[in-house]
Amino acid sequence: MSEIVLSLANVTKRFGDHEVLEGVSLDLHSHEVVALIGHSGSGKSTLLRCANLLEPVSSGAISLFGQNLQDPNIDEDAVRRHIGMVFQSFNLFPHLSVLDNVMLGPIHSLKEPKEIARERALGLLERIGLANRAQEFPDRLSGGQQQRVAIVRSLAMQPALLLLDEVTSALDPTLVGEVLDLLRELAAQGTTMLIATHEMNFCREVASRVAFLHQGRLVEIGSAKEIFESPQHVETKRFLERVS
Amino acid sequence: MSGRRAIVASSLSSLLIVGAIVAILYLAPGGATVRNAFFDPHSMWQALVGDPSKGLSSVGKGLLTNAWMFVVAEALVLVCGLLLAWVRLSHSPVLFPFRVLSTMYTDVFRGVPILLVIFVVGFGVPALQLGTISNQSPAVYGVAALTITYSAYVAEVFRAGIYAVPQGQLLAARSLGLAHSTTMRRVILPQAVRTVIPPLLNDFISLQKDTALVSTLGAIEATRAAQIYASTEFNFSSYTVASLLFLALTIPLTRFTDRLIAKDRTKRLANV
Repeated sequence: MSEIVLSLANVTKRFGDHEVLEGVSLDLHSHEVVALIGHSGSGKSTLLRCANLLEPVSSGAISLFGQNLQDPNIDEDAVRRHIGMVFQSFNLFPHLSVLDNVMLGPIHSLKEPKEIARERALGLLERIGLANRAQEFPDRLSGGQQQRVAIVRSLAMQPALLLLDEVTSALDPTLVGEVLDLLRELAAQGTTMLIATHEMNFCREVASRVAFLHQGRLVEIGSAKEIFESPQHVETKRFLERVS
Repeated sequence: MSGRRAIVASSLSSLLIVGAIVAILYLAPGGATVRNAFFDPHSMWQALVGDPSKGLSSVGKGLLTNAWMFVVAEALVLVCGLLLAWVRLSHSPVLFPFRVLSTMYTDVFRGVPILLVIFVVGFGVPALQLGTISNQSPAVYGVAALTITYSAYVAEVFRAGIYAVPQGQLLAARSLGLAHSTTMRRVILPQAVRTVIPPLLNDFISLQKDTALVSTLGAIEATRAAQIYASTEFNFSSYTVASLLFLALTIPLTRFTDRLIAKDRTKRLANV
């Protein structure tokens, strides 16, 4: 099998007495799209935040390309440069133009020369059909456009994998399609992605594997076909009945 | 109510109130005395320009002292306030003692009356006999005292502004691999500063007025010049002049602040 990009081994996260993640283990291979499904509050978002060290884990191990990220000497900023993350609420920087949003990471995190960063940013905006809006501020764009800019903002860092946290949940239903189309395109190009989502049809179509989280436990993982057509666990069955 | 009727009604009510005040000044048994003591045109002019032959300082010239005091103090307050807020919000374990100090600093100097700080700095520092440091003019100690007190207020204003930036902004910036300090400088502070401009200007309006307290150290600023005039000529019109001059400084800033607040409000409402 192909190289393992991200590996979670027995990851547990507690907030006080509350266990949000309980012993989650998951390997993400390169060019793989793994979808995380489950009820709200099942731990999907926390899992993604732990994966790029925005949340420290309580126990367990996370590694990126075999490098242990729990090592206290690790440069967390350097790790995050390899991991792109897109949020439910876009989180574009409102005081910067669309172009500057996309260029900020390459310039101030990768320390790239401005011209190179600018060229790549414009190329990415061209790809999502928003190059003509490069100089505008994010609040002039529709939700779908903003989220697509947020996606290319993380792509501008040329990350090894993308974490997507319910990126269509805050969108008007008519705008969901354009964002999913972009994700389909990225999947077809072999982008490694870990996606928390409620879009079951999209999962079925794009995910290499689907993982079902329930109350902080990863209760079942398998191909989209296995999970959707013959779920093994009673909670998986119950969940799929409710969402379909 | 239609526009024109509103204008007529508001003009009428304003006229009525002004008329009432003027009427009191003219009809009250002591009205003439008060008019003479506070609003005598000749005295007002004399107080404004001063008269060196009689040892009278010019209130107008005194106001220049107020002006340079608050301009310098405001610049220093911006820098010190931001620094205090930054330290207080830092996460580095190395900065822990500074974090505690910064918290104590804001607690203490927001709690102590500014007049006492002016006395302590203005009379204490010269008494230390520390060469040049102890040999400054009262206005310099005044600026120092104003800076010390107002930095504490402004630090809290900055801190509130930084807290008002949504958490998602921090997460987005950090997930791009930006260091904490870069995140603050490029993402958080530019947004925080925009939200704190109105409260910041509010504090600056108070600071402009509080320069008058430096007169207690003997600095000949507008209030002190007015006081000298009043005690020499036994006429309080100089105080009226000083008040009008202070208003001339603070009203433009007040109006400007109100306009910014209104603009910000419409922008926010439009975004909802």
